[in-house]
This record gives sequence, structure tokens and C-alpha cells, in this order.
Amino acid sequence: MIRREGGRVLATLVRLVGSIDIAEDAVQDAVVDALKRWPADGVPNNPAAWLTTAARNRALDVLRRESKRTAKEADARLLDEMSVAFQEVTTDSMVRDDLLRLLFTCCHPALAIESRLALALRTLCSMNTSEIAAVFLVPEPTMGQRISRAKKKIASARIPYRVPADHELPDRLPSVLQVVYAVITAGHHSPEGRLDARADLAAEGVRLARLLTELMPDEPECTGLLALAMATHARRYTRLDATGQVVLLANQDRTRWHHDEMESAAAMLDGVVRLHRPGRYQVEAAIACLHGIAPSLAETDWPQIASLYATLEMFAPTPVVRVNRAVAVAQAVDAAAGLALLEEQDDFKLAAVENWHLYWSTRGELLDRLGDTAAATAAFDRALNCVTNDSDRAFLLQRRNAIVGNVASKRREAS
Amino acid sequence: MPRYAALIYEARSNEGTGTPEDWAKTMAEYTDFGDTAGAAGVIGGGEALQPTSSATTVQVKGGAKGGEVVTTDGPFAETKEVLGGFYLLDCADLDEALRWAAQIPGAWHGKVEVRPVIDFSQM
Repeated sequence: MIRREGGRVLATLVRLVGSIDIAEDAVQDAVVDALKRWPADGVPNNPAAWLTTAARNRALDVLRRESKRTAKEADARLLDEMSVAFQEVTTDSMVRDDLLRLLFTCCHPALAIESRLALALRTLCSMNTSEIAAVFLVPEPTMGQRISRAKKKIASARIPYRVPADHELPDRLPSVLQVVYAVITAGHHSPEGRLDARADLAAEGVRLARLLTELMPDEPECTGLLALAMATHARRYTRLDATGQVVLLANQDRTRWHHDEMESAAAMLDGVVRLHRPGRYQVEAAIACLHGIAPSLAETDWPQIASLYATLEMFAPTPVVRVNRAVAVAQAVDAAAGLALLEEQDDFKLAAVENWHLYWSTRGELLDRLGDTAAATAAFDRALNCVTNDSDRAFLLQRRNAIVGNVASKRREAS
Repeated sequence: MPRYAALIYEARSNEGTGTPEDWAKTMAEYTDFGDTAGAAGVIGGGEALQPTSSATTVQVKGGAKGGEVVTTDGPFAETKEVLGGFYLLDCADLDEALRWAAQIPGAWHGKVEVRPVIDFSQM
């Protein structure tokens, strides 16, 4: 819960103190304080307000100490103004505005594209450096440097803490949508630990997408992203079994999906698709909704999904999309057609999938269906070499052993 | 008020001024920018630089004062687009500085790099 509130509290603190670093430290201290006190005193009625007040006081202490050290008049005056601002009662709409400010600041075009998402995950989603490093598949110190460089640039270049004006929004939108999309992805596929270790991010992603949709109701891609976030989130309790093992879409208990959420996602999407301004998030949302309304895997509209993936590949020609398209084509046509799509990748894209376990496990599954056990096993071995989270590793190991085991038992039968 | 340096990089600064017509057109564009940004009180200074054919790069070797002085003909980096001039812009934040920078003719003839200026009075 503290993690969930962390982003909101930080968003307000950054506005009040004007420095991400000081705000982060203050929130961190407030959280430590809460972890000490709440178990004994009980959780306060409004945890976010409690954390905000504690963090404000903490930040004020730090700033007072700083200003004594440098003995600057300007700082003292600023502090007086600040302590007045600190008396404010934070309303829901202020928190909403603060979150949007933080989101747009993290996604400012003056920051390197890879820094934007890292910073958003760190500040809005309270992810630590090692988790973010796992998202990007880079070493932790590299990620630490990237984040601290981005924070320094915000401070030194004075990137403003505000939501852009209406006429600037179209330019700023793609990078913000991209970041919220990545938050949602990390929520459904935790880079470390169990697959659902960061399920809170999925809910945060829905909230952020909703904020953007409220800010830009006429922007179909905002609504598309929200519909996608909701339709994906609606399957949250069925992706893992009781022991934390991955449950494939085929085996998920569809009665436990949140069909009301799925339906409102589909309805929302219907509304914007009519505007005929298609984009990748609307297409992805359509795919998620088609899965959501299918009564079973066999009764899923695979040809439609395969064709939506082909459209999606035009918007986003990435290896991830290609792998998903191959899976859909394998269902709609056959395994050989799916495998052919995987092998069509050029060298550049092959380099990108070299360390991506889902590429190798998908290959393995399709090869197995085609009866090429040796190649399937080798593909699963590669997948196992690259996997980073525990749920996926356990699943891959089980699939690999099942494939090898089948062959062994067939051999026994034959002899 | 924070101050930003808008550094103007253009290929033409490398090659000289082009035809007299080009030169006149560009000067008119810069006069236009100077009038607008000047009236808004944004410009805190600035200069135009001679072409890079006139540039000399000086480096003191050994990483400390008093080392061997190596003088090289030409600009620091041999690139197509080189520093041709700069403005000092007084702006509230980076967004405002970027808005002004996008109105400098160099932004369409080449590129404009925006860098915050260090305010020594705040140190």
C-alpha cells in the first residue's frame, strides 16, 4: 500500500520543494517512519495524507538545514513562502494534477527517451534501480547513472513541473503514452521475482491511463490505452496458479475474469474506433478485448486477431509484436505458418530477440507441435538461459522437461 | 531569471555566406528574430561568429596548467554543422527557452543547442 501511495505523495512533494532529489529523500524517510509506527499505532485513516505531511515536515527540515549552511537570504524567503504552501490541504484534484505534472516532466522531450521511462518507473511507481535495470536488461549501475543524469538535467536545465498547454499536448502525447504502456507491461510481467510481484503497477497503469483520458477526451489513443489497460487488468487473478506457476491463456479460468471491466473496456473502445483515427493502442486494445469476450481458446476469433497483429506490426514493427503475431497465426492457420513468421526476422531483429526468453520459448512450442523435439528442446534451453523472473523460469523448465519426457516415454514404448 | 545559451550550429557557417541574396535573406530573418525576442526582453546578449575556416583550437596537454600548448587549425570537431553564433536568452524555464530557440533562423538552417548558463551569484 505504501508503494501505491508513494507516487502520489512524491508528485505533490516535488511541486512543493521543486527538487526531485529532496522530495524523494523526504518521502523515503516518511515511509521508513510509517513502517516503524503503523504496526504499533495502527494505519491512519488517510495514509496518503499522513505520508504527505510527514514528508513535507522532513523536506522542510532538510531545506532549513541547507539554508543555514549556505546562509542565503533568498533561500530563507523561499522557505517562508514554502511553509505557507505546506499548510495547504491536498485535495483529490490537486493530487491528480500533481501526478500529471510528474508524468509529463518525466516524459519531457529534453530527456533521452530511455531515461523517461526509467524516471517514471522510479518516481511514479516507486520501483527501485535494480527492478528498472531488469526492465531494460541493463546492469544496475548503468541504470543508476541514467536516472541520476536525468534528475540532474531536470534541475540544471529547469525542465518545468507542469502539464503542457493544450496546443503542446499532441507533440508530448506519444512519449507519455509510451511510458504508461511500459508501466502496464511491467505490472503484468514483473521483471523480477514472481510474475505478479508488481501487480500494483498494473492498477497504477489503469489509473494513469484514466488520468490522460480525462485530460484529453478527444484523443483516441488515450482511450485505446485505457481500454487496453483495463482489458488486460481484467484477467489479473488467472495468470498464475496458487503456487505462482504461469497459467497459459488456454488454461486460464475464464469465469474468474472480471467480465464487467472487460465489457466497459470494449464499449469504450467501440466509441473511439468510430472516429477512424487508428493507432497501435487501439489495435492492441481490440486484440485484448477479442480474447476477453471469447468463451474459450478454441472459440477465439484467431483469424481476426492474426490480422489485427499484422496491422499492429505496421504501427510497431517490434520483435514482441512479431512473436505474438506468430502465435496467433499458428492458431488461425498452423504451426508451420507461425514458425515461418518467426524465421522471417532480419538480422537486426534477431539480435534484439537473442536474449528474450519468450521468443525462444515460442519457437520451442511451435517446433514441438511440428514434431521436431531436438530443436524444440534446444530452443527451451536458450529460453531458460535468458529468463529473469521465477514464474517464467519454473514454467519453461516444466515445458522443457515435458517435451523431453514425451520423447523418452515414446522411446520406451517403441523398444 | 535563469539564462540559457542558444548555440547556433549551421553547415553554412562552415562554408561562408553563400550568395548575396541568401545572406540578405538570412540577415532579414535574424533581424526579425532580434526584434521579436528583443521586444519580449528575452535577449541577454549574443554574437555571430566568423566561419570555422577562421577557427583555431587550443589545448593544453597534460591535464594541468602550464602543460604543452597544442594549437590546431580549425574547429574542435570536424563536423558538417558547426557553431556559427549564439544568443543569451533570459527565460523562466527550459520550455520557454526552447520556444524561443525554435524561432532562431539557425533552427531551420541547421540546429540550435540550448544550454543553461551557470549563475555564479547563486553559488
